[in-house]
Amino acid sequence: MANNIDSIEPVDRPLTTSTGRVLRSEEMVLNMGPQHPSTHGVLRLELIVDGEIIVDVIPHVGYLHRCFEKHCEAMTNYQQVIPYCDRMDYVASMNMDLAYVLAIEKLLGIQVPERVEYIRVIMAELQRIASHLIALGTYGLDVGAFTPFLFMFRDREKILDLFEMTCGARLLYNYIWIGGVSHDLPPEFIPQAKEFCKYFRPNIKEFNDLLTFNEIFIKRTANVGILPADVAIAHACSGPMLRGSGVKWDLRRNDPYSIYDRFEWEIPVGTGEYGTVGDCWDRYMVRMREMEQSLRIIEQALDRIPAGDVMSAIPKRIRPAAGDVYVRSESPRGEIGFYIVSDGSGSPYRVKARSPSYVNLSVVPEICRGSMIADVVAIVGSVDIVLGEIDR
Amino acid sequence: MTFQEIAARLQGSFAEAVLEVKAEGVIDPFVKVAAMKVHDIALVLRDDPDFRFDYLNCLSGMDYGKETLGVVYHLSSMVHGHKLTLKTDVPTADAKVPSVSSIWPTANWHEREVWDMFGIVFMNHPDLRRILLPDDYPGHPLRKDFKVPEFYNGMKVPY
Repeated sequence: MANNIDSIEPVDRPLTTSTGRVLRSEEMVLNMGPQHPSTHGVLRLELIVDGEIIVDVIPHVGYLHRCFEKHCEAMTNYQQVIPYCDRMDYVASMNMDLAYVLAIEKLLGIQVPERVEYIRVIMAELQRIASHLIALGTYGLDVGAFTPFLFMFRDREKILDLFEMTCGARLLYNYIWIGGVSHDLPPEFIPQAKEFCKYFRPNIKEFNDLLTFNEIFIKRTANVGILPADVAIAHACSGPMLRGSGVKWDLRRNDPYSIYDRFEWEIPVGTGEYGTVGDCWDRYMVRMREMEQSLRIIEQALDRIPAGDVMSAIPKRIRPAAGDVYVRSESPRGEIGFYIVSDGSGSPYRVKARSPSYVNLSVVPEICRGSMIADVVAIVGSVDIVLGEIDR
Repeated sequence: MTFQEIAARLQGSFAEAVLEVKAEGVIDPFVKVAAMKVHDIALVLRDDPDFRFDYLNCLSGMDYGKETLGVVYHLSSMVHGHKLTLKTDVPTADAKVPSVSSIWPTANWHEREVWDMFGIVFMNHPDLRRILLPDDYPGHPLRKDFKVPEFYNGMKVPY
């Protein structure tokens, strides 16, 4: 016999009184952000909670919107867009520049000198390590471990020193140019970079001892925010987010660009060592293991880098023929794609950036439902978002 | 599958809906389809065992001028490794495209962005709200004829 109680939608954990009456709790809305230390910038999450349990998450983005795409259309030439790309993902500027420059070079059909290719790979991989160090360090902060953050920022400084030595800037470089790079490597770069690799490798073990295999850290991250592989692919996740779910997919290997096919390295994937495949710990660990692989690539590139002129292929006048191109490459956060439309003039007709964090963030509501409020912090941290590229 | 094979299969199944196939003289070959058929074609592209386009890389809005807007879909298959660019045009006065967010959930946010920036309505979209701009923003700024308003919410826009 139907009565009012039967028509109530089932709740996750029904509580009943001694007479069998189902108790219901009330949902409420809780705003996390835009000013909140664990939202990594100005992300606002509208949490719909039932007690401590997340019923739904509605992300609100756009607080950092700077009209990147509109600005690009107003530029007077293609080169001027590069500083704006720097500011998209401001902790991985080299990778953003590289992605944009690769797209324009494909549009123009120019080949860059060997030395430039090697410099770009070295810079992109150094930047990947620097970016992962921020991701892992702040992730430790999110779940309550302060010390590893300091250790990781100390090592990131050494990478920034290498960048500063090369182009003078420490955060936003405007270093990779269409057809070349803005400065050749200074003579002391290669020995110092080699020294960094030697110095940094044992530190990864130190990070693991400090944070990765820490009992509390594992309790906070394993079996939390599980992202199954099919959901990850349907939501077009990429980068460590996708690999954490056990999908062996890295554009450097699966759709090679630049000279990545010349190096020996492996793609780390999540294996569910401490929980389930695709949990926060797996995503974290993929980044940790990727740093080792980046070191391998850097060392090989430093050994083989040829001499040459880095400015010889820079075109005097950039006027691609009318047409469009979509070029994707692997940033520390995943697939950064640029869709560029040229109308044959000297400035882009349309620049669309497919930013990895934007796409990765859109899956967060899926993996937050049913978890605790404190887990949302762990999940958002494990996605490693940078609001600069989400909002553009 | 090569682009020619994909295009031939699509032309076989959707003879009227495939408006243009261009492989010569462009960097990324593309198929242009009728806007109203986008959902049906997308479903076949994802589910046909020979296509298996399971990964929507990017969904971009376009303003081609001359009263024409467009949507560009970049698809790839993680199973077979092939790629496809799908384009569709809509008139500015009646800018409506069926949503593909039920096929690729990632399209949800991309389509919201295109609605926000170009004012293209995605039919059957579950949650078509602005995403990057404030809810009360006037107009769709990536359209080529967009003029920055002199005042926004009573504040003078300084440039």
